[in-house]
Amino acid sequence: MAEGPAGAHVPAAGDAGGDAPYAVELRGITKRFPGVVANRDIELRVRRGEVHAIVGENGAGKSTLMKTLYGMHRPDEGTILLDGRETTLRSPADAIAAGIGMVHQHFMLADNFTVLENVVLGSEPTRGGRLDRTEARRRIGEISQRYALGLDPDVLVEELGVGDRQRVEIAKVLYRGATTLILDEPTAVLVPQEVDELFGNLAELTREGLTVIFISHKLDEVRKVADSITVIRRGTTVGSADPRTTTARQLAEMMVGSELPSPQTRTSTVRETPVLELRGVTVASLGGRPAVDGVDLTVHEGEVVGIAGVEGNGQAELVDAIMGLRPLAGGVVVLGGEEITGWSTRARRESGMGFIPEDRHRQGMLLDAPLWENRILGHQTRPPAVKGPFIDRRAARADTERIMGEYDVRAPGPDTPAVALSGGNQQKLIVGREMSASPRLLVAAHPTRGVDVGAQAAIWELLNAARADGLGILLISADLDELISLSDTLHVMLRGRLVATLDPAAVTPEQLGGHMTGASVGAAGAA
Amino acid sequence: MTALRRLGSALVAPALAVVVAVVITAVVILLIGENPSTALRVLLDFGDTPAQQTQAIVVILNRAVPLFLSGLAVAVAFRMGLFNIGVEGQYRMATVLAAGAGAAVALPGPLHVLLIIVVAMAVGALWAGIVAVLKVTRGVSEVISSIMLNFIALGTASWLLTGPLRGSEEGAAIITTTDIPESGRFPDLNGLFDVVGLAQPRSGLYGFLLVAVVVGVAVAVVLTRTRFGFDLRATGMSPSAATASGVDARRMVIKTMLISGGIAGLIGLPDLLGDTHHFGTEFTAGLGFLGIAVALLGRGSPTGIAFAALLFAFLDRAAVPLQFADIPASVVTIIQGTIVLAVVIANELARQLTRRRAERGSGQGGPPTDDGTSAGPGGPVGTRITDDRQEAGA
Amino acid sequence: MSTVTTAATSASNRGPLTELFLGGGTARRITWGLVGLMLLMSVVRIVSGEQALTSSSTFATALLLAVPIGLAALGGLFSERAGVVNIGLEGMMILGTWGGGYAGYQWGWVGAIVGGVLFGAAGGLVHAIATVTFGVDHVVSGVAINILAGGIVRFLSELVYAGSDVGGGVTQSPALSSRPPSFSLPVLSDGPDLLGDLAGREWFLVSDIAGLLRGMTSGVGVLTLIAILLVPLSYLVLWRTAFGLRLRSCGENPAAADSLGVPVYRMKYIAVVISGGLAGLGGVALVFVANIYKEGQTGGRGFIGLAALIFGNWRPGGLAAGAGLFGFADGLQLRSRTAVVALLLLLAVLLLAVAVFQTVRGKYVQAVLAAAFAALSLVGFLTIEELPTGIVSFTPHLITLLVLSLASQRLRMPKADGLVYRRGEH
Repeated sequence: MAEGPAGAHVPAAGDAGGDAPYAVELRGITKRFPGVVANRDIELRVRRGEVHAIVGENGAGKSTLMKTLYGMHRPDEGTILLDGRETTLRSPADAIAAGIGMVHQHFMLADNFTVLENVVLGSEPTRGGRLDRTEARRRIGEISQRYALGLDPDVLVEELGVGDRQRVEIAKVLYRGATTLILDEPTAVLVPQEVDELFGNLAELTREGLTVIFISHKLDEVRKVADSITVIRRGTTVGSADPRTTTARQLAEMMVGSELPSPQTRTSTVRETPVLELRGVTVASLGGRPAVDGVDLTVHEGEVVGIAGVEGNGQAELVDAIMGLRPLAGGVVVLGGEEITGWSTRARRESGMGFIPEDRHRQGMLLDAPLWENRILGHQTRPPAVKGPFIDRRAARADTERIMGEYDVRAPGPDTPAVALSGGNQQKLIVGREMSASPRLLVAAHPTRGVDVGAQAAIWELLNAARADGLGILLISADLDELISLSDTLHVMLRGRLVATLDPAAVTPEQLGGHMTGASVGAAGAA
Repeated sequence: MTALRRLGSALVAPALAVVVAVVITAVVILLIGENPSTALRVLLDFGDTPAQQTQAIVVILNRAVPLFLSGLAVAVAFRMGLFNIGVEGQYRMATVLAAGAGAAVALPGPLHVLLIIVVAMAVGALWAGIVAVLKVTRGVSEVISSIMLNFIALGTASWLLTGPLRGSEEGAAIITTTDIPESGRFPDLNGLFDVVGLAQPRSGLYGFLLVAVVVGVAVAVVLTRTRFGFDLRATGMSPSAATASGVDARRMVIKTMLISGGIAGLIGLPDLLGDTHHFGTEFTAGLGFLGIAVALLGRGSPTGIAFAALLFAFLDRAAVPLQFADIPASVVTIIQGTIVLAVVIANELARQLTRRRAERGSGQGGPPTDDGTSAGPGGPVGTRITDDRQEAGA
Repeated sequence: MSTVTTAATSASNRGPLTELFLGGGTARRITWGLVGLMLLMSVVRIVSGEQALTSSSTFATALLLAVPIGLAALGGLFSERAGVVNIGLEGMMILGTWGGGYAGYQWGWVGAIVGGVLFGAAGGLVHAIATVTFGVDHVVSGVAINILAGGIVRFLSELVYAGSDVGGGVTQSPALSSRPPSFSLPVLSDGPDLLGDLAGREWFLVSDIAGLLRGMTSGVGVLTLIAILLVPLSYLVLWRTAFGLRLRSCGENPAAADSLGVPVYRMKYIAVVISGGLAGLGGVALVFVANIYKEGQTGGRGFIGLAALIFGNWRPGGLAAGAGLFGFADGLQLRSRTAVVALLLLLAVLLLAVAVFQTVRGKYVQAVLAAAFAALSLVGFLTIEELPTGIVSFTPHLITLLVLSLASQRLRMPKADGLVYRRGEH
């Protein structure tokens, strides 16, 4: 069992409070995939009638664990005990039969159907072949009453807000007789009032004797609602904690680990001239709150400005706005002294903006096209790949070969289809292509996501070298190693605003984690 | 992958489709009590005398030219991710108006022909443009609007033919527009046969063949070697990547449909300028849908479409001789229809196979991560705190 | 408490007459709309002198021609509600005509129905295999089926009819061995034919309604009755049974349906085969009109059915209205081409009403546009003697295009319609 920091409690096996068996107990769960161990020796104990939170980073293995618990795959080692009985779950149907209900993070609802139709689909009450709507309405009304969900069965789901939709998902699960609910990142998309409503619902559920397992990163919320917490890191259980006696900072420390890489000392290459200025940039979103809310930001030549933050706090929208893929609801974007707020994406790129997109498969490359065509993508209007209105195929291929050599892109040749390359090599090609256009500003969103460690180190080298040459880089990332070792200036983004500006050389993990999750005292914009 | 291997793998799907279609047709022929090899013999029988043989070649080529143009029109839209089912209506409108314009003026030779071509392309482009504008401004599906416009074209052409552009007398069985004078006719290429040393065929080999070749080359060059063509193909492959690279999606839709319609306008011209010299109730219909078949079989590339057009024309030519051998001519339509279905199924299977093989080859396919993507190969994932955001309102 | 009173006051802000016409829910509004339309048609008839506008024979023909369109539209409904776009309705209808002719000349009208449905369903099966199992693009598959169907029926005719002694030929079948029965209302539409008498009197409104009623009730074929019954039946199946809910869920969010245990692939297969069967039945209706199978009988009605489906916003009531409208246009121009010109007057009056309505709402640009088009229609009515066949032939298609352009944002297609669903990829 791992040691946890002070305040963490690591229970011994079989220690249930009182003599009631645990509602859910996982012992020594291990799950392997080709090349990586996703879960190693996981221990989990959830009492009946409690709200149990599981916290852990992306890639810590939570997803895999939940799929095991929901019967989507079988663990390689370990046992699952439900109410003290050892159970094998072969499929989600088994899990449902055992009373486990999963409320997915991405809702599975048909917009054009009513609440009633969505809830009963697949388990409809019938009377002589006809759908028995009265019976369905009665049962849904009962569930809604009992657990205070406040659902009107005849409303179209399309008209419901996010909080209500989540309650429909909960009702779906309760309708099928779940006694243990798993909620995957339920507060990810809720505004504070909706979060309070949800916590009220959870309290109702547990009051009625149901058990709730709750996956989240928002430590302040977790501490508010959970009865007990289990922390997972790097595929294994770090320990469990009692929210009453553990502070958010201690939790953040457990999640992040107390060692952070010390940034290499290097000379500052930051120059005087600003290359990108954002003033009051605001981007609207479908919900009430703007996705990006009055952001002021400056990137100088030779500077790497990093933006840290839990994903989903407006970073993607900010990137889209800078690249011209999304319109601004307010504010100004200035590139090298020129206002470019109304410019098209192509114009921005042509004037020296490079882009490493977050999702390279969707926005960064043409998977079925050969590498040399991918070299051209984003730079269709400039040499060397282009000569007048024509594409200079030979020059493009030659340049692709050059990039492959310089940036160590491992592939048979420039005619290889992009889909055949590994993620790391694809990303190296993208970095090489963007650098080759000698940009003034590089917008890099999660540049080493899904990339193996070797390629990651190589890309960091490249970014550092370019920075020394005077390139301004805006770096958005969820990888703290990356942010701390590369950034000259570090901002933290939370709920669409930049809430803190930190010195990467001096920041501590608790500080960073605290700002990112809003648990810090005096964190601005926390509501 | 060497060029030869790539060519080979590109041919597999269409070749397989043709084989399957041939097998099915053979079975069908057997069912009616005839011998499939008779059908094969008829297909390959080009006639006894040299003149008959060159005649057969001419018939095939003449039939292939409009098919080729139709396939090109459809393919240009296909490569961009659009479905231009309206080719049928576009070429009908273009041909009737071009015939009318051609008959109404008298210009010196080449100019007259040029006028007819320009009118045809402009009308075709405009008719297709309606679809594009409706799609871009009102969000109307291009499939439905094209089909509706096909019928509107049918009715309008019929009205023009029996009304303002009528050339035949009252009570004529077949109604046509006024004949285009000599200066508006495209000379045939039969001189070539003398040059090559073959016998003279009965009919004229359409001179428009040259125009079609030029158009085909132009389309190939534009698609593969120009910036615009790159943008077009990128939009077809991945609209999101194209937009991120700076392509304006709505302008692209309009430009593509205009080009597709312009090429479609040319479809009726080989017959108009080289054979009938008027548009009438008997004018070839159905070339729009056959163009879809040809474009699919040719996998959207001009060379492939050329071969596919030749194949379909080759099959079409056999319709009459087949009947003499007691095999119904509709066998040809069945082969063509089966080829289309077989080709799309084969293409789809091929696409899934290559994707899966490529993904496996690069070692992708690791444990699921919270954002739904594969984690990929390699060591432990770094320290991250992430949180997946769901679109507000899902 | 305060909300109750404000509601009451807002209701009483409307005059009693406005409340009578505009309140009370959709059903009442539709009824008033129909009454208003009838009044208008009657006025136009008297002004233009075109008796054919509301004559019993026009309505009877309209009903007859609406049936194949409506059946094709119902076929489209089942398929698209399950998420599969079916452009191949035309081809399936063609197969249905051939099957109807083939079975009909041997086994009478009952056989014709069975044969037509089976042949259409076979076409649907091919479409299902291509789109559901192989994941081919729906539109491409539909187009391929249309091409194939044309070839197959010609081939089968050559196989079975040409050179044989049963009659028929390469492009048509022998006559059906028995005609389907038809029904009329005993006193009102038959015998003393009171309605017919009333319709002939040319009295304002009364004769028009009589004409409508008689057209709908005299000589109505059994297939027409079946088709009419299928509309509410489809509604019941799709909206009131568990099977219907599951089918529609496949067209709205197949991933959600899958996650709840609905067999998505199987439902799509069933829906598309039903779709083919219904289109085939539409083909049989055409065969009954002509009493033989004739090549080219369908004349694009499969596509018009698709248009009616869209016009009806993918609902049975709506598509029936669309089929009725297109059938009426078709029937009117068959009966009397001059009467079609009278429709222009109708259009002018309607557009004028729209212009007034838009002015009241303050939307002046739309009001001016509507008034301009109204004036244009009026001029057309006054000057044109008769519309050429070519132009009239595409009336349904033009109407569809207009509806789509104006209302595309309000029409609500099943959310996952046209989506190639592959399990595990969503």
